[in-house]
Amino acid sequence: MVVSLPLMSVTVLQVLWMVVALLLMFTGLSVVVLSLVWLERKALGRLQLRLGPTRTGPMGLMQPIADAVKLILKEDIIPNSSDRAIFWAAPVIVVLSAFMIWVTIPASEGLVLRNLELGLLYITAFAVMGILGLVLAGWGSANKYGVLGGLRSAAQLISYEIPVIMVVVAAGMLAGSLDLRVIVASQDQIPYALILPLGMVVFFIAGLAEVGRTPFDIYHAESEVVGGPFVEYSGAHWSVFFLAEYINTFAIAALVALLFLGGWSWPWDTVALAWLPSLPAWPWLGPLLSVVWFLFKVYAVILVVFWIRGTFPRLRIDQLMAFAWKAMVPLSFYSIVITAVYLYYDWPGWTLTLMSLAGLGIVGYIVYRRMTAPARRVAEVKARQAAQLAERRASSQAG
Amino acid sequence: MSWFLFIVLSILTLGGGLGVVVTRNVVHAALFLLVSLVAVAGLYLILFAEFLALVQVLIYGGAIIIVLLFAIMLTRSAEYPRISDNRQWPLAAVAAAAVGVVLGAAFLDNSLPQTEPNSPTFGDLANSLFTTWAIPFEVASLVLLVALIGAIIIARTGEDNR
Repeated sequence: MVVSLPLMSVTVLQVLWMVVALLLMFTGLSVVVLSLVWLERKALGRLQLRLGPTRTGPMGLMQPIADAVKLILKEDIIPNSSDRAIFWAAPVIVVLSAFMIWVTIPASEGLVLRNLELGLLYITAFAVMGILGLVLAGWGSANKYGVLGGLRSAAQLISYEIPVIMVVVAAGMLAGSLDLRVIVASQDQIPYALILPLGMVVFFIAGLAEVGRTPFDIYHAESEVVGGPFVEYSGAHWSVFFLAEYINTFAIAALVALLFLGGWSWPWDTVALAWLPSLPAWPWLGPLLSVVWFLFKVYAVILVVFWIRGTFPRLRIDQLMAFAWKAMVPLSFYSIVITAVYLYYDWPGWTLTLMSLAGLGIVGYIVYRRMTAPARRVAEVKARQAAQLAERRASSQAG
Repeated sequence: MSWFLFIVLSILTLGGGLGVVVTRNVVHAALFLLVSLVAVAGLYLILFAEFLALVQVLIYGGAIIIVLLFAIMLTRSAEYPRISDNRQWPLAAVAAAAVGVVLGAAFLDNSLPQTEPNSPTFGDLANSLFTTWAIPFEVASLVLLVALIGAIIIARTGEDNR
């Protein structure tokens, strides 16, 4: 029996296989999230000279399971004045978009649910839908802090969406395709991190902002908007948001690995291909090694994310927006321009490296100057307050 | 199967559109609009227009709805979310009827060329967009730029009057 779907005609067996593969993806990602929870607790603990979880299982390995059980057993409170439909729909939208992205992210040459020719476009398109869920969550919970957090998330995430898309375009230009497998295959000699370091830095920073990790977590900053869009959520609903956040973090790390670090290919393939054919007894060894290598890169990027969380303070909202529009967006446009020039004139690779490092250096220096300059606004406010105080004193003496 | 999908997506599109007009809550209207726009992306997918479908989700489903919600939440309408009609409704009815007549005429007109759906590759699309249709493309971006500048000017004049 053949079922014809748009773009393909498939047999019933293939449909069943798709369902099984989707379930496997959900399970795999859930396991990944558990590992990330544990890794984050451990890494943060070490960064703060603590041990992290130790009591639950060996090295605290059972901690994420304990966390999950606790969250699920918690009472699920829905505020009376909330907009029921939106309150329920928001977490669904957030988690769906987080999972949808993974349909087309390959873990190795063969391990991908459905490889799309326009894979990168698909990923950016569905990443934007997640923002919608956050905005709706803030609105639906009928809470001032929720609405404020929702607005903050909308402002922050649309702003940082632009550099992400632009840099993805630059990487796609280098590979001549938006297909993630082609992009990885074209990096088998030199990863794009060496050709276009600017792209990797911008993508990583803007990606951090996209998933709302520290130092860009102002939309759910506990000290400012007491949790933002998640204020009124509790128990299982709340855990769904954090499931989505971890999956998105993992997706950003995976994309950094795929787009700029050569995915499963570099430098393993060039080395491994030299001696693997001599081991015909294990044909599965090559694919397995490439998955392991890919996961190694992804977890390395994830550790950098946790490291940043452990060391950077949270940005102020105006600093955050200024950084997006005055540093990230121009840099991402610059990366497209230099990539186009490099491709058009067919210059050697190191010229692009040089151009992108120059851009990074200039913008970095400007940001550094701005950050270390004396706080002009603070001085202005203090002067104004002193003037007011003096005036009040003068008038009270006169009276 | 394709017909079944078409019917489901059409119901979602039309139902979403109806919901936008009927609902009394502005935020709900925006959500119905989202349903409608994403269903249109599904219709593009049936026509093998992968790129168009993804761009529809990216721009309409994501960016435009978010900006809409942003505007709704930032303006005072958040305090009065139950406005359902105003004095402009006869004008809107006339405009809707005119669009309906034009679309109906186009639907009934058999002389229009009919082609099989085909999916051009991404490269073909880029080539035609930036070579054959480069000038309309640039004009479209110019129009957007003008709209942007206009919006800024309107916002700034309000500031000066204060």
